[in-house]
Amino acid sequence: MCAMRPEPDHAPGDSGPGKLDRPDHPSPDQQGWKAVLTPEEIRRALSRIAHEILERTHGGEGIVLLGIPTRGVYLARRLAARIGEFEGAPAPVGSLDVTMHRDDLRLRPARALQRTEVPPDGVDGKTVVLVDDVLFSGRTVRAALDALNDLGRPRSVQLAVLVDRGHRELPIRADYVGKNLPTAHREAVRVLLSESDGGDSVLLGESDQ
Amino acid sequence: MNKHLISAGDLSREDAVLILDTAAELASVAGRPIKKLPTLRGRTVVNLFYEDSTRTRASFEAAAKRLSADVINFSAKGSSVAKGESLKDTALTLEAMGSDAIVVRHPASGAPRRLADWTSGRVINAGDGTHEHPTQALLDAFTIRQRLVGPDQRGKGLDGVRVTIVGDILHSRVARSNVLLLDTLGAEVTVVAPPTLMPWAIETWPCKASYDFDAELRKTDVAMMLRVQQERMSAAFFPTVREYRRRYGLDTGRMALLPEHAIVMHPGPMNRGVEIAAEVADSPRSTIVAQVANGVTVRMAVLYLMLGGAAEGAA
Repeated sequence: MCAMRPEPDHAPGDSGPGKLDRPDHPSPDQQGWKAVLTPEEIRRALSRIAHEILERTHGGEGIVLLGIPTRGVYLARRLAARIGEFEGAPAPVGSLDVTMHRDDLRLRPARALQRTEVPPDGVDGKTVVLVDDVLFSGRTVRAALDALNDLGRPRSVQLAVLVDRGHRELPIRADYVGKNLPTAHREAVRVLLSESDGGDSVLLGESDQ
Repeated sequence: MNKHLISAGDLSREDAVLILDTAAELASVAGRPIKKLPTLRGRTVVNLFYEDSTRTRASFEAAAKRLSADVINFSAKGSSVAKGESLKDTALTLEAMGSDAIVVRHPASGAPRRLADWTSGRVINAGDGTHEHPTQALLDAFTIRQRLVGPDQRGKGLDGVRVTIVGDILHSRVARSNVLLLDTLGAEVTVVAPPTLMPWAIETWPCKASYDFDAELRKTDVAMMLRVQQERMSAAFFPTVREYRRRYGLDTGRMALLPEHAIVMHPGPMNRGVEIAAEVADSPRSTIVAQVANGVTVRMAVLYLMLGGAAEGAA
């Protein structure tokens, strides 16, 4: 009844982009996968996003960074640390699990839940910046907006993603984008981060489906 | 994991840890302004109770409602069961009404297993006769893990935790489910009972057995006291309540002999002054109130994992 399946990568066939969580990650030199962002580029993209967040929110006043598990959380923590370096005070950071709010729950066996951690001050009246690794159909972000709704009433909600690969299925856009990556629908995007995958890179390849 | 939850023995360690981890995440929902998730919208859960129960029925109802499922409560009293309808016909009737899961409590051991053969929906055993009560064992395991394994509990079992279950083991479905589940999770379980209340084939259970409570106190991390179930005792199993209390009741003197970190559990309802002294039940070591709160969370986890994903065959 509750067998766990590996979460999908950002490949077609999914009704929403989940997080990549399979043990057999391809290494960058593996055939069929092309690195589209190097560790250096990822670092610069995150620094730029951190600056943009500070600019748009007047020095990060009242912001809360909420990462969407798994890799969005690592990115949110990195952004919070950058903001701390630039402004002296680290931004409050947390995580927001969207599993219970997904629209594709009934298409697959029940999935294990990830952690939701909201900073002690909560989200009421705050500017919440949702952070995810890849923006694809937009369904994960929709689920995140619903999940956020149950936690409180933020003053505004913004979205930061490392990669926007297009093919939106809902009227959702990102406020901060690390890289716009034009992709074919059949292609897959994999974000690897040192926190979980032993190194930073973004790969583009053919979907194995 | 299986389609139904009939016995705690059906759960693999992986399944059990997944349920506890899911419950740990769902516990935060209880602290939110909106204690509700949309996950089971459109699913129907039937509470089919052939025995009196307050906490288990209410707990399942609260769990299902927090996940936005529709709940139909069906108790034997004042229903067509009183007119002689069989379990099978009742089940078929409920299924025709579109139930996705039946939570069943029945005085006959094995009734949920039979029910599972007759219905296409999921069956969750909420206590059958003197057989099993798996969700109680899950919430007990969750409470133990929360109190003794601590905040870093995700993914962990109960390896090495010494649990002593004391009382009417013979009639207790809570004891049987707990022994099976706690053993799966790696705990060392000892059951303590007067000889008359010890099951016959106790040596086939995955636990140790003892008649002497005092000898076990110092090597106990969790003392789980069972209710003396007068309603299930057709014969005299011990001479007097006073004698039972003196040998097997947990009073302040015995509690003082437990290790510093040890906790005291009781599945409820309690007979204060019989198996547990009032001062012990109200002490900070007692997890009795936490067990009730955890019951809702653990049942949410079970309902989510059984009903939240794809329906038949996909798992």
